[in-house]
Amino acid sequence: MLKDITIGQFYPTGSFIHELDPRTKILITFAYIVGLFIVSSFISYGIVALFVLGCIFVSKIPVKYMLKGLKPLRVIIIITFIINIFMTSGTIIYSLGPLNVTVEGLYQGTFMAFRLVFLVVGTSLLTLTTSPIALTDGIENLLNPLKPIGIPAHELAMMMTIALRFIPTLLEETDKIMKAQMARGADFESGNIINRAKSLVPLLVPLFISAFRRADELAMAMEARCYRGGDNRTRMKQLVIQKNDIISMAVMGMFIAILIYVRIR
Amino acid sequence: MSIKIENLTHIYNPSSPFETTALDNISFEVTEGEFIGLIGHTGSGKSTLIQHLNGLLKPTKGKILINQVDITSKDVKLQDIRKNVGLVFQYPEHQLFEETVYKDIAFGPANLGLNEEEIKARVVEAMDLVRLPFQELRDRSPFELSGGQRRRVAIAGVLAMKPNILILDEPTAGLDPKGRDEILEQIKSLHQQVQNTVILVSHSMEDIAKLVDRIIVMHKGKVSLIGKPTQVFKEVEVLESIGLGIPQITYLMKMLKENNIKLREDILTIEEAKAEIINWIRGNKNA
Repeated sequence: MLKDITIGQFYPTGSFIHELDPRTKILITFAYIVGLFIVSSFISYGIVALFVLGCIFVSKIPVKYMLKGLKPLRVIIIITFIINIFMTSGTIIYSLGPLNVTVEGLYQGTFMAFRLVFLVVGTSLLTLTTSPIALTDGIENLLNPLKPIGIPAHELAMMMTIALRFIPTLLEETDKIMKAQMARGADFESGNIINRAKSLVPLLVPLFISAFRRADELAMAMEARCYRGGDNRTRMKQLVIQKNDIISMAVMGMFIAILIYVRIR
Repeated sequence: MSIKIENLTHIYNPSSPFETTALDNISFEVTEGEFIGLIGHTGSGKSTLIQHLNGLLKPTKGKILINQVDITSKDVKLQDIRKNVGLVFQYPEHQLFEETVYKDIAFGPANLGLNEEEIKARVVEAMDLVRLPFQELRDRSPFELSGGQRRRVAIAGVLAMKPNILILDEPTAGLDPKGRDEILEQIKSLHQQVQNTVILVSHSMEDIAKLVDRIIVMHKGKVSLIGKPTQVFKEVEVLESIGLGIPQITYLMKMLKENNIKLREDILTIEEAKAEIINWIRGNKNA
């Protein structure tokens, strides 16, 4: 059940996008998010859809796998859609008690739902094609210029690396403890909400204990290897901007230009 | 209770780049009251296999029959299987969560819906089986006990459910030799008392050799050898090729035999070997 969470999981295929510099991918993703908010018509969404599908095709990640990542978010998307339908004033086409469905609401709701879908698909493409280590390396590098104004770039990146590194470990641990308690007759799936919350105690207590134990051990292991923070640390893999990165940024620039053109046309 | 496994296959993360076949078309049978040793390397599929036996994992293909009941079919209640099949995970002390030892051991029986008296009787009995003093420890927090004691509290938590089939996944991992011997001894004496079916997972041939009736050797998701310890240990080449080897004492007996010293072949423990060698020396002197 926990293994079904695919959103943000690195999916190695060694494609063109996978090989790009993580900084390029982070910047492109930011540009893409901004681009999504420029969109004001369904024609532009068509362009976005083509662009995203193109990226997915180049990344060699199965479309089915991408859609599976959307599953946990369907509730949020549906709620957004419904709220927008009812909360927008305009020409009424159908009344349901005090709630009115309007043409504008329908339009707005569909619009917002699409925006969310594209947002999730686009950003998860970043994490699917970039290993967590490369991603934090990229973030650290991008934040480095902000160091003089007091942003602890290295510490932030290290925290992210550790957090990301331990997500699978903790999921595995959760799975294991859950099974151990189920073997002792614990029931996590039935009963009302209070009983279900109570049934989580046998899961959460051991999980917290093991998380603290792991944190302790990790700190000790890092100290034992003389870790002292970011200054003067060298890297095994240097980040270098290559021809492909420049090409990708150019493509992204064109994409944004087209979106702006469609908007102001 | 008997266990019958037919063509069991399990695939993790099917149709993704992380797809792995953990169990590949496994079949075997365990009769009631048998003590089975399940041995194999890390990643050989042992843990996956035992999780199928109480319905924690669903097979990709194949059947599991416990007392002739197919537990993979939809109309079987998992709660009933888990009542009968007790599973002690690796490092079971990591699953402790209650404030007191008593409450933690009572968790399983309470989930079975028993009344207070019955629960108490079972906790007393389970703590006795793993040799933990009831009066002294009942109100202590499990987290302030020693590692070996915590492990025994966790095992007692499963024993208190009185399973007909007891499965233990490396119950001695990470314990000192004394703790290891104690736990194995207690499992053995429990088995002799109540004649339950026991499956002991381990990768130490030494531990398993002197305890079990039959050994199942797993390698890369398949059953590679199955039989009585003496039979299995004859296949030294097979065992060595999968990196397992046989108990040191069996090596010794084999070498003695190769040097034309005639000794019994079914020797598994140091004590037996000692008696046999002394016997042989005496016999030689007399001759």
